[in-house]
Amino acid sequence: MLELGLLFLRIGPAIGLVILILVISQLTPAFATPRNVGNLLAQSAVISVLAMGQLLVIITRGIDLSVGSTLALSTVTGALAASAGASTPVVIGVMLLTGIAVGAVNGVVYVFGRLPHPFIITLATLSIARGLALWLSDGQPVQNMPDPIRFIGGEILFGWLPVSTMLVAAIALAVLLLTTLLVAGRWIYAVGGNPDAARRIGIPVGGTLVAVYVVSGLMAGIAGLLTAGRTGAGAPTFGSLAELDAIAAVIIGGASFLGGRGNVGNAIVGALMIAVIRNGMNLMNVDSFFQPMVIGVVIVLAVEADVVRNRLEQRFRLRRALA
Amino acid sequence: MSAASKMAGLPVLAVSDAVKRFGGVLALDRVSLTLHAGEVVALLGDNGAGKSTLIKCLAGVHRLDEGAIAMDGEPVRIDSPAAAQALGIETVYQDLALFDNLDPPANFYAGREIAGPHWLPRALRVMRPSAMRAATDAVLTELRVRLPSVGMTVGLMSGGQRQAVAVARAAAFASRVVVLDEPTAALGARESRSVLDLITRLREQGKAVLVISHALDHVIEVADRAVVMRRGRLVGEEVPTRESQPRLVSLIVGGDA
Repeated sequence: MLELGLLFLRIGPAIGLVILILVISQLTPAFATPRNVGNLLAQSAVISVLAMGQLLVIITRGIDLSVGSTLALSTVTGALAASAGASTPVVIGVMLLTGIAVGAVNGVVYVFGRLPHPFIITLATLSIARGLALWLSDGQPVQNMPDPIRFIGGEILFGWLPVSTMLVAAIALAVLLLTTLLVAGRWIYAVGGNPDAARRIGIPVGGTLVAVYVVSGLMAGIAGLLTAGRTGAGAPTFGSLAELDAIAAVIIGGASFLGGRGNVGNAIVGALMIAVIRNGMNLMNVDSFFQPMVIGVVIVLAVEADVVRNRLEQRFRLRRALA
Repeated sequence: MSAASKMAGLPVLAVSDAVKRFGGVLALDRVSLTLHAGEVVALLGDNGAGKSTLIKCLAGVHRLDEGAIAMDGEPVRIDSPAAAQALGIETVYQDLALFDNLDPPANFYAGREIAGPHWLPRALRVMRPSAMRAATDAVLTELRVRLPSVGMTVGLMSGGQRQAVAVARAAAFASRVVVLDEPTAALGARESRSVLDLITRLREQGKAVLVISHALDHVIEVADRAVVMRRGRLVGEEVPTRESQPRLVSLIVGGDA
């Protein structure tokens, strides 16, 4: 029984997503059309990418509040580079490096400043990156995204397959390999599971943490690339509150907010769940003010599921001791 | 090597006149201790007697202020946890230092993953899960540790199973000395039993085992010698038996009781 309960809690979010999709496609015929699937996937791409970076951070018991602002900053730096006549690879490089730079600041200040928690530093860079984006762009959108970037961020192939979705799939594969096969991935879980033991056993805890925030920043840069490609512009207002979507996606998808647990599937399922809820409610003409409320309720359910899982595991352990 | 040094009578580990100060507090006051291969030595003493300081010096967490440590008669320096591990000394602390979110093979090899290729930086190497699993299985089988499933995360295991995983991990990487800090303190009778069995198997493997314990019954059962510390000093040594138990108690608490 307990084993079944634990299994259910593990695959629960995926089951929830499937049920949600089935229910919404019954409720509205416009949902399960190729066109809408393409839209839905395109809408979920940015959250998916951010959520995968956030996932790694959350596994190490951290949080990265800066990714929405970092996304905006990278669209602005990219657009400015494009306006200055830079070639497409350079523009892409500028965007990704912008993300990496903010992530490096987060990680280095957190680790070497010996901060008790990454909340404050990433809150600070949330503010700094947004301000920088506003200042650099003079508060205005900057046009001039080169066509290849528009293709990556905005093109939908065969009427249902966004190019951005293929990029998301490639990144998901990379994160999957990192977390399951690479030594660095094992260190990320070890640091999240027991930071003190990780340090004592000789795992480079500081380096692992810095790397995780750099990757999260890189993901924000990629998310910026997708956003700029979809809109054809850079703007300092992009990605507002996207960090909360990313965190929500990770938790809704079933990773533990307590750290140490979660996989790339959790991030993707959570991001899709948010996109499906929004898209479905739009199609059904539900008042858009209800969307944040529904997402909020789902977050509460997800966190409660995490609590129940921990409780079940304790019961499980107790029973093993007595068996 | 351990058999040879035993025949020669050379202790695997010899601490002589160890001194450790913390500010004005003398935590270790000229402590000398020897461990031989295939020997279980109990380290007894009240709280604050210096037991933990001593084992942390052996584990490389603290450095001795004075005194010397020798292994097989050769002087060694233990100035970091990595140095202690390289010398074949593994320590199991009371908190076990396990990763609850990982399975036993991942716990065994955390920080020393079997991975390749070697020209890559360590963090970017690809792990070999099957090799780590096989090696872990072999150690667990040899020590006759039975777990519900090797694929289960350690967080789902009972206290005794977790202790067994931690001790087996230490045994797997300790070529010479295993140090255990209160291995049965948090366990029920039956789980203590299996950990005590595990300790005797470490002895059969020819390892030197140093055990901190407050449970005199357990000490009498598994230890070949018991050394007693009080206020940073070594105050006595006994072969722990029912008969010597009162003397051990009076050594621990002090006075003439």
